[in-house]
Amino acid sequence: MKLSQKIEEKFFKIMMIFSTYFILVVLTIIIYSIFEKGIKAMSWEILTQIPKGGYYYGKGGGILNAILGSLALAFGATILAFIIGLPVALYINVFLIRHKKLVDIIRFLLDLVWGIPSIVYGAFGFSLMIFFGLQTSLLAGILTVTLFILPIMIRSMDEILRTVPIGLQEAAYSLGSNKSETAFKIFVRQSVSGIITAVLLSFGRAIGDAASVLFTAGYTDNLPNSLLEPVATLPLSIFFQLSSPVPEVQNRAYASALVLTVIILLVSLFSRGLGKRYHKTKINF
Amino acid sequence: MYLLNRQQRHVVNYSWMIISLLFVAFLPFLLFLGLYLKSFLLIHDYSIMDLIFSKEWRPASGKFGFYPFIVGSVWVTILAMLISGPICLLTAIYVTQYTRKHFLRIMHPAIDILAGIPSVVYGLWGILVIVPFISKYLGPWLGVHTMGYSILAAAFVLAIMIIPFILNILIEIFKAIPVELKEAALSLGATPWQTIKHVLLRKALPGIIAAFGFGLARAFGETMAVLMVVGNVVRLPKSVFDPGYTLPALIANNYGEMLSIPKYDSALMFAALLLLVVSLFFNLVMHFFIVKYNKY
Repeated sequence: MKLSQKIEEKFFKIMMIFSTYFILVVLTIIIYSIFEKGIKAMSWEILTQIPKGGYYYGKGGGILNAILGSLALAFGATILAFIIGLPVALYINVFLIRHKKLVDIIRFLLDLVWGIPSIVYGAFGFSLMIFFGLQTSLLAGILTVTLFILPIMIRSMDEILRTVPIGLQEAAYSLGSNKSETAFKIFVRQSVSGIITAVLLSFGRAIGDAASVLFTAGYTDNLPNSLLEPVATLPLSIFFQLSSPVPEVQNRAYASALVLTVIILLVSLFSRGLGKRYHKTKINF
Repeated sequence: MYLLNRQQRHVVNYSWMIISLLFVAFLPFLLFLGLYLKSFLLIHDYSIMDLIFSKEWRPASGKFGFYPFIVGSVWVTILAMLISGPICLLTAIYVTQYTRKHFLRIMHPAIDILAGIPSVVYGLWGILVIVPFISKYLGPWLGVHTMGYSILAAAFVLAIMIIPFILNILIEIFKAIPVELKEAALSLGATPWQTIKHVLLRKALPGIIAAFGFGLARAFGETMAVLMVVGNVVRLPKSVFDPGYTLPALIANNYGEMLSIPKYDSALMFAALLLLVVSLFFNLVMHFFIVKYNKY
């Protein structure tokens, strides 16, 4: 081997190791800086109270409105997306299994929709709201976020459902079950763990996205008590508090960011744990 | 025990499936139509070319030039890809070709966590770490005066954000290459790097292009994190240390006033339409690269 070749070999190997560890180090720095700033600013008051008068000038209160609002919004959207998404994923994999071209087109459309930025959904949701004469509200937020997480949910369920072996389907038919029974009783049970993962993934997306709720969910200092009223969300509360010039308010933004990050890390941990647990119901071939 | 008999249940389930499927399949067209109708007022009065290439943005006097925003978006996106692309490619090659299997078991959770962090938190991190780094160290070191809130800061934050996205696709692509190809090259006396350069990279090229394209589309539409660190100044940036403004940031920043100025809401919906078209176009083109890749 020539010397130049040897140098090239070494050079690229070092670059590869460098970039791999670069990613890991950046991840550590992100987590560290969020936790370091967040824990310093964290207090019981922030977690359990709604903003009081003068909150945005540094007076007392907390972000309970945003925490509960975000949870309500994400739960609503996830449930709605599940109700629409699961049948679609099942239909593709049970009813259309012999029409490969059609399935490919549907998957392609879903991938297209997945790639659309969330701000576009926000703008679309906003124009729909104006069209129907709705105000910024929890309901409008839920509907918009549902559209946004729908392709994510369907495609991740689809990836699991397509691994269900054709033999299982044939066995179900031969025992006399019809197609929708096969779908909802056999396919769902066989892929519970994957479906849970898909749902939790979508939940994480729903709770973390700010651009789509910016126009549609509005913002309020009160707790959410009706579907037709505006609702506060964690990402927006971080954003608004951070743009304040008062240091106390900025500190609370760090605390809010910590809350959001912890929720998302918990969701991701949870999905790993549950995925393993429900693996037992699966029939292995 | 059931309200309906078997046949009726089947009909209910079946129709619900069909309704949901039709809804989802028409969603992209619905989005396009909705935004097009809302921005029709603007497209009707101005030519699209004028809107895209005019530099003047003064909504109050009816001047809607999107050029500064488009330039800002393009700068931020391309710069982010230049940072993120090589890192992802090298990492994907390293973890699939050089390391043992259990290393991937460390990498996968790390990628998942990176992918799960919300964009607002990335923005916050950018303000805490990247912006001060650029204004206090990088700027003075290169002899440039900068606030820190700049195209470069946005590009860097964006680069980190799209790493998990691109890296996941790249790892799948490199894993899918048959090991025989690699073995054949190695047995002919090629060194590991030569094998990668002449065999693996050539084989994976359409897939790599697709991965970068998907990443590009994702970066182009990213809103909150960019909005928080890019500076939001309507001006053509002269260098990467200048503040800029991007299309998504334009929409997000001005939604509050959009109903107070005539045609302003139309203009913002036109910006959303532009984003939608760019995203659909890139995803469409890259899809064909992926199809081509799978056919090999």
